Order: sequence, then C-alpha cells, then structure tokens
Amino acid sequence: MLSLLWLVPALPMAGFLILALGGRRLPHRAVSAVAVGSTGLSAAIAILVSATHLRLAPGGGTYSQTLWQWMRVGDFAPSVTLSLDALSLTMMVVVTVVGFLIHVYSIAFMAADEGYGRFFAYMNLFVASMLMLVLADNLLLLYVGWEGVGLCSYLLIGFWYKDRDNVRAALKAFWVTRAGDTAFAIGIFLLFTSLGTLRIQTILEDIAGYPAGAPLCNAAAALLLAGAVAKSAQLPLHVWLPDAMAGPTPVSALIHAATMVTAGVYLIGRMHALFLKAPTVLFVVAIIGAATLLLAAFSAMTQHDLKRILAYSTISQIGYMFLALGVGAWAAALSHFVTHAFFKSALFLGAGVVIQALGGEHDIFRMGGLRRRLPMTFQAFTLAALTLAAVPPLTLTFNSKDLILNQVWLSGRGGIVLWTLGMAGAFLTALYTFRMVFVVFLGPEPMKPVGKPSLWMLVPFAVLSGLGAVIGAPELLNALSGVTGFYHYLNSAMSGPAREFGLRETEWVFQAVYVAVSLIGIALAYYLYELAPALVRSMTATRVGSRLHRMLFVGWGFDWLYRRLIGVPYVRLARLNRGDVVDLLYVAVARISRGVNILLSRTVNGNVRWYVAGVAAGAVIVLGLAVLL
Amino acid sequence: MTAMVPTAVGLAIAAVLFCTGLVGVLVRRNIIIILLSIEMMFNACGLAFVFAGSYWLQPDGQVMYFFILTVAAAEVSVGLSLVLQMYRQFGSLDVNTVNRMRG
Repeated sequence: MLSLLWLVPALPMAGFLILALGGRRLPHRAVSAVAVGSTGLSAAIAILVSATHLRLAPGGGTYSQTLWQWMRVGDFAPSVTLSLDALSLTMMVVVTVVGFLIHVYSIAFMAADEGYGRFFAYMNLFVASMLMLVLADNLLLLYVGWEGVGLCSYLLIGFWYKDRDNVRAALKAFWVTRAGDTAFAIGIFLLFTSLGTLRIQTILEDIAGYPAGAPLCNAAAALLLAGAVAKSAQLPLHVWLPDAMAGPTPVSALIHAATMVTAGVYLIGRMHALFLKAPTVLFVVAIIGAATLLLAAFSAMTQHDLKRILAYSTISQIGYMFLALGVGAWAAALSHFVTHAFFKSALFLGAGVVIQALGGEHDIFRMGGLRRRLPMTFQAFTLAALTLAAVPPLTLTFNSKDLILNQVWLSGRGGIVLWTLGMAGAFLTALYTFRMVFVVFLGPEPMKPVGKPSLWMLVPFAVLSGLGAVIGAPELLNALSGVTGFYHYLNSAMSGPAREFGLRETEWVFQAVYVAVSLIGIALAYYLYELAPALVRSMTATRVGSRLHRMLFVGWGFDWLYRRLIGVPYVRLARLNRGDVVDLLYVAVARISRGVNILLSRTVNGNVRWYVAGVAAGAVIVLGLAVLL
Repeated sequence: MTAMVPTAVGLAIAAVLFCTGLVGVLVRRNIIIILLSIEMMFNACGLAFVFAGSYWLQPDGQVMYFFILTVAAAEVSVGLSLVLQMYRQFGSLDVNTVNRMRG
C-alpha cells in the first residue's frame, strides 16, 4: 500500500497535463471529471497510504520512496525521493482533502467562466506542486514544489487577466514572494556548500554536531526564515496577501488560506533542528509571529471587503503558527495549521457563496440579513467562525490556539509578553470574526440574493466547516483526559522541548480565560455592530479615530512605505540612467566604425586608375620603409 | 658566358621600363594602351629577374621569366576579350566611361 505514495502527487500532475494540453477542446463535464477525479483519487490514496503508515508505524517513523535519480554531478546526486513521516503525512492529507473539496466547489463556482479548463489545469498543477513540496526528501525537490506553488499562485491571482488590477496584484504577489525565495535559495546553497548534502534528514543530523548559535546555523536559519516569511505573508512581507484576493474565491480558499501560505510553517517545522541551533533566529520567529498576528488582526477590524477581512485573518492566524514555532512548540503550530486549513477555507467558500449570491458584491456594509435567505450558508459560516474564534462547546475545535498560548506562557524568554500579545490577538480575532458574521447575516437586508446557491458549492463548504469543527476533538480528549493522540504523534517527527503545566487545575484556569476572552470579543462585536452601530460611526468620525481607521484600513501603510523606500528611488534611478551609462561605450564603438566606413567608402569610386595609383603609392611607401629602416 | 651588360645598367633599364608602364596605366584612358603598358611592366619584371639570375649565376631568373610569359599570355587573351566586350557594350575604349559600378 505504501508504494502507492508516488500516485498522490502524480495524479494531479497527470490531470494538469491532460487539461493543459486539451483543456480547450474538452467539454466542461470532461474537464471537471479529470480535475476533480484526479484530486479525489489522490485524496483517497493519500488517506489509504496514511492509514497503512499509521498501522505499520504507530509511533511515527519515516517511509521513503525513491522514484529516480534526478542527476549526478560529482558528489551532487539529488534523487526524486518522497518521504512520509508524521509531518508530511499530516500536510499531505490536509492538502489532498481540502484540495478535493475545493475542486468540487469550483465546478459550480466557475461554471460560467470562459477559462474553465485553464482554471482547473492551474488548480491541479498547484495541488501537485504542493504535494511535491510537502513530500520532498531533499531541499532541491522541496524548492521545485515551492516555486511551483508560487507560480500557480501568480497564475491564479491573475486568472481574470483582462482586469489590470488583477494583473498588478498577481505581479505584486510574485515579486514579494520572489524576494523571499531568493533568500531561501541562498540558504539552500549555503547548507549545501557547508554540509555537502541536500537531503533534509542528513542535514538535520549533521547540524546536531554544531554548537547552538554557530554562524552557519544562524545564517542558514535566517535565510530560510526570509523565504518562509515571504511565502506565509508574515511581517514585513505580508503585503501581497490582501491584494491576492483578486483571484477567484476557491483560489483564495485553497492557496491563500489553507495550503500554500502555510508552506513557511511547514519549512520551519521541517528544518526545526536547524532552528533549534539558532536560538536568536527562533526568537525572531516568535516576535514576527506575535507582531504579525496583532497588526493583521487590527487591520482586519477595519476592512469592508469580505475577502480582505479573511485575508488579514489568515495572516493573523499564521502569525499564531509562527509564534508557536518561535517557542519551539512545533506540534502546536502544526495542529493549528490543520484546524486553520479547514475552518479558514470553509470561511472563504462561504464568502464565495455570499458574494456570488449577491452578484459579485464584496462590501460587507452593503450586505445584511442574509440569515433568512441563505440559512444553510449562515449556519456553516457561523460554525467556522466559532471555530476561528475558538468558542466551546458549539465547536469541538477550540483549543488549537489555546495550545499555542499555553506553550508560549511556559516558554522561557519573553513568554509572558508574547502571551499577552497573543491574548490581545485572540480577543481581536473574536471581535473581527463576529463583526463580519453579524454585519453580513443579521440586521436589515439592503440587497436580496439572486437565486439559490448550488448544492455543489454548499456541500463542500458545509463539509469543510464540519470537519473544522470536529478535527480538534482528539486535542480535546488530550486536554480532558491526557490521552496522547495527534499532538504526540506530531511530536514524533519534531521533538521539541516538552512543557507541561505542573497542575491540571492551572490548565483549566487558562482554558477558562481563553474562552472568556473570546466570548467577551463576540459580545463586544454584537454590541458595536448590532445594538449600537452609531457608536462605531461616531468613533471613526473623530479626528484621531478617522486617522487610526484609515491607517488600519490600508494595513499600517506598509504599501506606502515600500513605494517610498523601493518603488520611488528605483524609478528615479531608472530615469536618471535613461541614456544607460554602460551603453555609451558600445555606442561609441558603433559610431567610430560608422565614421571610418563612410571615410573608406569614398575611396571606392569605380575608377580603376585610382586604385592602381593607390596600390603603387602603397608599394612605394612599403618599399621606402623597408629600405630606410 | 661573359656579361655583356653590367647588372646595374640592366636593373636601371628594367626600372625605367616599369615606371614607363606604370605611368602609362595611370595616365592613359585608352584601354588598349593600358593593356600595353601592363605588358611593359611584366616584361620589366622579367628583365629584372633575368639580370638578377645572371648576377647570382642561377638559372632561376630565366625560369621565372617563362612563368611571367605564360601569365602574360593568359592575361592578354582575357584582357583582349574584355576589351572586345567593352567596345560592344559601351561603343568606346575610354576607361572613364566604365567607372560606374552596377551590381
């Protein structure tokens, strides 16, 4: 059974090839069959392989499958090898299952689009690349997947390429992530030149011989971190994600919420031994995470665009994962990744249903009262929102974030400050999530939805929302009774420092605090946006309030800052060098040649005697020189 | 074999002949005269070879003259046929009328 592993990335790849080569000629039905069939089959095989792997090695373990030798240049011989352990298994199952459900959703969502075949071709390529990324055994193969998902992200953000703004958003995403990719590539080169291998397992074993804080470890970890920060939209390279919402909604759900943006989390988790040897960089990871989660949550508070709220929320939630990674709580980060993948893609799919039902309206303040017209959407969306805000007992998945906060509290350096920031973020999360829910689904009804949303869309949406709500149940068991489940399974791949509360009662107190904070956030949202909307308006109308609002609305002005720091000087420099200084030399060579040419072509006048005279004069001069010298 | 004429005199004659030929090529416009002048330059060269050969008592100079003779014969046959063509085309033997280069 395990040997079927290669089919998991190969099937979506085959789907991509079929659709890319024949997508235009195939009818819609065939396109959907190929795209959804390949990802569905891939998900089924992924689950089958995972079940087998769990049965054979219940405590965790690594299964690797070498497909072929990629190339061989001296000692450098990377192979195309897939490796399955607790970390990649988790990622693989999430990517294939969420990917499959979103493909099903897209059948209806994209039905009327002229680029139907193209869309599914890109989506399949994305799933294949993402699986390559998580299953890769060496950094080179991982990098191939890393670039593949970046390419698909670019192609799908700019999917509606006839609109200039979409193209601009796509380019922005590509450039910003490219900046990080370059750092990541340099990090790979550094590791290869120092350790002589690209195999991740070997690198992690070799790095164990270095002392903590060795220059190599610090440099390599910092470079990998730069790649992770750009890919996962963390401060200061988060600016591309809100604009990336220009793509179709299923793309936002799959790539920009559930899977690709967590590639950075995966990378750090995968290379955790390296980061443990670079404690300073690891601390920076925690600080980046804490800062990002807070700043993005503030920005999410002020957005009008439904998808932009969710984008900022994604940035903020990935901030939690980075915070967890930063304190060495690898498993906590991963379990938050799993729950986040489900509930956040569900929220995006719900947003897609709402936006399509309202004929493409994105502004939440023109929506309202949709609870009556779209009851099922309302229920599923609220369930996912409760999961995001982490409120028991309506959802069983409420403690993935709490797990992170516990670990942060227990970590040594700066733990309490980071914990406080995390708590503020949790409060804001509840506030902005339910601001969105209340404004969209309660209150008056300024717009009436057209038609009923298709079942093809509602079912995957509801399934994802439900999965999100129950996926944390093993964690809950763990918290309630100390049963070691998923969390410890993840720990088998990434052994981190074990931190436990001394008393079970302390843990209960913390749990109660988290729930209380979320509930207060929801209550405040209800008060501000349902009971007293005038209060918000008067708050933003004051001078300080409006300024603050504008600043949060544009995401703390990072775009402005980058335009000032990079865009404007670059354009100025380009304008300065319009004549191209380096080019002057070559222009001079061309000019001189041309001048000599004009001069010499005068002598070619067709008069034979003139030539003879020239030859004779030349002979006389040469002879004269020969005689004289 | 006794030298009837001193080498220096012979070479001087050759030089004078060559220069006469060169001046003829440069100043005359009639193509036949130009060909004649070229012929004169050939022969001046041949004379120089022969004198040089006799100076070093080597037969090479005279051998060389035979080569020159052959080349001169070939040149005359080609040259005269070109002159014939030129007269047919332009109706004139003046080289200045054929200084236009057209592909």
